[in-house]
Amino acid sequence: MKRFIVLLPLLAVVVLVQLLSTWTGTQFYLTQMTMAAYYSLLIIGLCVLMGYAGQISLGHAGFFAIGGYLSAALTTHNLVAFKGVAVVRLLEGCALLQAGKDLYGGELLVVTPWAAAILAVLVAAAVAVVIGIPVLKLKGHYLAMATLGFGIIIYRLALASAWLGEADGISGVPPFVLLPGLVVRGDSAGRVQNYYIAWGVLLVGLFLLLNLIGSRVGRALRSIHGSEEAADAMGVNCARFKLQTFVLSAVFAAIAGVLLTHFNGGIGPSEAGVMKSVRYVAIVAVGGMAHLWGALIMGVLLNFLSLRGVFGTYDDAVFGFILIVIMLFAPNGILSLLASRKKRKANPQKIAANQER
Amino acid sequence: MLKIRNLESGYGKIKAIKHVSMHVETGEIVTIIGANGAGKTTLLATIAGLVKATSGEILFGGENLCALSAERIPFLGCVMVPEGRQVFATMSVEENLILGAHVLHKEGKQVVEGLLERQYTLFPVLRERKGQLAGTLSGGEQQMLAMGRALMSRPRMVMMDEPSTGLAPLIVKEIFQIIVRLRDEGNTVLLVEQNAKAALAIADRGYVLETGKVIVQGPAADLLGNQDVQRAYLGREKID
Repeated sequence: MKRFIVLLPLLAVVVLVQLLSTWTGTQFYLTQMTMAAYYSLLIIGLCVLMGYAGQISLGHAGFFAIGGYLSAALTTHNLVAFKGVAVVRLLEGCALLQAGKDLYGGELLVVTPWAAAILAVLVAAAVAVVIGIPVLKLKGHYLAMATLGFGIIIYRLALASAWLGEADGISGVPPFVLLPGLVVRGDSAGRVQNYYIAWGVLLVGLFLLLNLIGSRVGRALRSIHGSEEAADAMGVNCARFKLQTFVLSAVFAAIAGVLLTHFNGGIGPSEAGVMKSVRYVAIVAVGGMAHLWGALIMGVLLNFLSLRGVFGTYDDAVFGFILIVIMLFAPNGILSLLASRKKRKANPQKIAANQER
Repeated sequence: MLKIRNLESGYGKIKAIKHVSMHVETGEIVTIIGANGAGKTTLLATIAGLVKATSGEILFGGENLCALSAERIPFLGCVMVPEGRQVFATMSVEENLILGAHVLHKEGKQVVEGLLERQYTLFPVLRERKGQLAGTLSGGEQQMLAMGRALMSRPRMVMMDEPSTGLAPLIVKEIFQIIVRLRDEGNTVLLVEQNAKAALAIADRGYVLETGKVIVQGPAADLLGNQDVQRAYLGREKID
């Protein structure tokens, strides 16, 4: 209950932003706020992995892309030609397919968004398990390199596969009817509704993660971050907790990918790009690593600015620059600067140095 | 409680422990002493499952620890206070202690709170500092925290690796008094120490390790009086 109450101010801000944009006739801002919310869903998941469990991942755009691309491909590839095949008939019988008309009035038979979404998230989770088991044995730079390699593979697969639209990506992704009357889609009529859907999903995700880090699991994760050997000596199963967190963050990324793809009506290979992964890591760092609220605020703010085109063609350069500045002047995140002005808070790095003495 | 038979372990081709046999009974302090590099820490790490044994067996209450991974061993009631304390610096004192009860997750909140209260009684300074980040404690306080953290798992045996490392003599004395008190309350302690004199002074029995082998063993008082031990580890050579 207490953890629920801390979300209320955020909920109030979310509603306020919507009301203000409606009153001032600037509702178009809500589109970028919606997209920023989905990116932030990935970022808070990554924050738990990096800041709490202490495991870096430079491949999270890959999980985002697995979610986005799979749901896009499944909900756009026409199965009319395969109508006679037993598998397709079986799927149709289970109500996993939906019929429709394409742009030219032709018959269309595709997988329903719900079925595609569930499959996409499951595949992302399975890939996270398969990748995570060997890769999470690595530490520091080696883990970063291995996850980077994974990200590059996904990017090149998206770029090379005709089924995934090669360099064009996939467009014409249908709206995602979550519940009757609740539809993820990008047209201006659905703007306000989609803004609330995105922020609703983000708030639920945040609530789950806040609960997680406040629990026994959260303590175990932080102990792993501190010292895996000492955590082992306390009976913490490091390998299992690391893998679970990796999979959890991959699922968050995949859900974000699925929903944003339906909202945008398509996905392109840039979503799987390495620069996207670097950007996510940079935002978690700016937010203060082990700081879910920092990650959330910075995720929304920086993505919003980027999506509004404030950084122009220097977009990626700006994120690289931000990462450097943060590492130099505020390694504990922007919010820590405000906190240290209020009271001299103990600096974890100084503490670590003290301990070694 | 603990029976080790013909244990061999080490790192790669290097055998740091060669044919070690020893035992620890319930309610006693047993100390393992020896010079730097004698294999004391490796022996403890092997019992704790952090280093894999290459042969031999470690029986703890009838179970063979060699077959278990490191994080399972605390669940059996065999817990280690690691060398250099290794408290979780960015977590508060109380969070460190609660983490120590990680293995008791099925027991419920009240058990953990009772144990927390017990550690605060045993180490009053930890109560004063319970909200403070563990990394900001002094070395002695961190040692107490590491001990309290281990005791939070309600262990049947506590292994301590060099608790005196880097501490002022006065603090070492205090830590050792606490170890005696733990024993008097019925706990079992396996103590690895370089400070042989201090360790033998509080222990019931002792083993002397040299290059991975047990060379002398017996009641602590006998070892204190043993001329070989004195010459090699206590820095007291009689010239007659």
